Amino acid sequence: MSAQNHKEHLFDKPENVERLLKGFYAICILLVIADFVVHRHVSLSWEEIPAFYALYGFIACVVLVVIAKAMRKVIMRKEDYYDE
Amino acid sequence: MNELPPFILFFVAALLVLVTRGFIRNLVLLMAPVIGGLHLWFNVEPGIVMSHSILTFELVVMRTDKLSLLFGYLFCLASFISSIYAWHIKDQTQQLAGLVYAGSALGAVFAGDLITLFIFWELLALSSVFLVWARGTERSFNAGFRYLIFQVVSGVLLLAGALIHYHNTGSLAFDHIGLEGIASWLIFIAFGIKCAFPFLHSWLTDAYPEATVTGTVFLSAFTTKVAVYSLARGFSGEEILVYIGVAMACFPIFYAVIENDLRKVLAYSLINQVGFMVTGIGIGTALALNGAVAHAFSDVIFKGLLFMSMGAVLYRVGNINGSDLGGLYKSMPRTTALCLVGALSISAFPLFSGFISKSMVMSAMIEENFDYLWLLMLFASAGVFHHAGIKIPYFAFFAHDSGIRTQEAPTNMLIAMGLAAALCIFIGAQPQYLYSLLPWEVDYWPYDTTHVLAQLQLLFFSALAFVWLNKKCMYPPELHSTNLDVEWLYRKLVPKIFRQCLYFLQQTKKSVVSMTLAPVHKISHTFSKTSVAKYHLSESWPTGSMVFWIAIILALYLLVDIFA
Repeated sequence: MSAQNHKEHLFDKPENVERLLKGFYAICILLVIADFVVHRHVSLSWEEIPAFYALYGFIACVVLVVIAKAMRKVIMRKEDYYDE
Repeated sequence: MNELPPFILFFVAALLVLVTRGFIRNLVLLMAPVIGGLHLWFNVEPGIVMSHSILTFELVVMRTDKLSLLFGYLFCLASFISSIYAWHIKDQTQQLAGLVYAGSALGAVFAGDLITLFIFWELLALSSVFLVWARGTERSFNAGFRYLIFQVVSGVLLLAGALIHYHNTGSLAFDHIGLEGIASWLIFIAFGIKCAFPFLHSWLTDAYPEATVTGTVFLSAFTTKVAVYSLARGFSGEEILVYIGVAMACFPIFYAVIENDLRKVLAYSLINQVGFMVTGIGIGTALALNGAVAHAFSDVIFKGLLFMSMGAVLYRVGNINGSDLGGLYKSMPRTTALCLVGALSISAFPLFSGFISKSMVMSAMIEENFDYLWLLMLFASAGVFHHAGIKIPYFAFFAHDSGIRTQEAPTNMLIAMGLAAALCIFIGAQPQYLYSLLPWEVDYWPYDTTHVLAQLQLLFFSALAFVWLNKKCMYPPELHSTNLDVEWLYRKLVPKIFRQCLYFLQQTKKSVVSMTLAPVHKISHTFSKTSVAKYHLSESWPTGSMVFWIAIILALYLLVDIFA
């Protein structure tokens, strides 16, 4: 057990995390470029916006988190709220 | 033989569980879904109708078509995987409850009339609650009770609706009902409770996280999916379901983001996924309905997988709060990998099962011109990835190292999760096999460049938002907390009102009593001061002496009557 504790794991090295993130950013960039290269057949007018899905996904998640954080102010109670 | 309802196999197995023990009992638990599934697959054809007359009612205990058969296969599969996952359990109550629960779900989907459906509807409730109670804590006991009340009310509404329906139409057959008149609304709400419609959903997020490690895996598979099946059979094409479904898909993701108990996060995301199915049923076209039932099929497997992986963490660590976990990939690498497969499936990554089923519902929405609702569903899709796809694995297995070092999940759990993960990938990569089982004839293929690119952009940029928010320290930390939901109404508000009413009544009683007694005391006080008061008869006597003297007088009457 103690040997396992001292063992260096994959994400213990910050450079591995950096590598993973760099790869991830590269894929994101490629996906946006692909949007202009690939011929898309769209059915909705919104889909004609360049990189619509990428923008929408990013904005949706930021909005989601911002609203959820604000909700905490109203609905968050102590863990044993119902046990009292 | 081919008319044998599969629930009988499960109920016989449940009897065998009572008289066997150890390895034999485990074998019974495992073989019931295998035999049931093989029986359905090889013996049972669509188009069977088998009925029994009881009193004046004709009860159809076995009615098969492609819709009920698909759910039949699914429930046998889910029961099989869950049985492997629960192989180590020695608790007879849980084993029995699991079997009866799965059998009741099969009974419900093959029920051809509303009374048979009602019977299995209640059996589902009564058997499954033991999976919550088996946890053995006070919280689970109370949550189980609340769960049971919701489920039984749903059953009562179903029965009332069925009887009024019988009175109006003279038929108990469970076919398309449609929203018309009080009977159909009662049945609709009964289905809605089991389906976790908004405001009727809190039993799910309340009880599922309180159930046992293995119990939640069973629970996630059956109850809501029986309701989805029932809605697809009875209320397909009702437009109100589109709006209900969109609401179901959207509101739970906010809760999921700030919830700390990771099994409760999954409970919220279960409602979110059922929202996609309900929307599909509401649209009601062949493509949408196929999408709804296909998504039910994929969901049972990937949601089961996610619940299994979180169950394994709870089993090993004894805690499932995101705030206390982290870094578990170091000691549970296999569970981590299998959880990631579930996460990719629920997020609808191309080549995983969620993608090939959810996209059918989304395409159907565009075809039927629900443009703005489609945008909301796209928002919900991004949200799913955010909380179930990233948050669950990230806070359990990665994030900051909590210092917890434990063991890998037990082998039986790994096998069950491995099986589910393999199915997720198989269904996602080779959707034609699932498509061929779907009830309606549709020519649909999810893999085209536009669609795959769109989905990848959506998901990768949702992930980018997560990375960005985390780097900016804007991501809400996991906190020990309770978030108020609809349950607040009946767990806090109603008891509070009740207590206040009680207090008010007590106070009223007190003042009325003192107001009426005051003059009496006053009179007796005045009387005691008069000269008459000193005579013996004017004192107040105990009731006992009065009864004694009356008895004496009556005895005298008797003697006089006899001797005179």
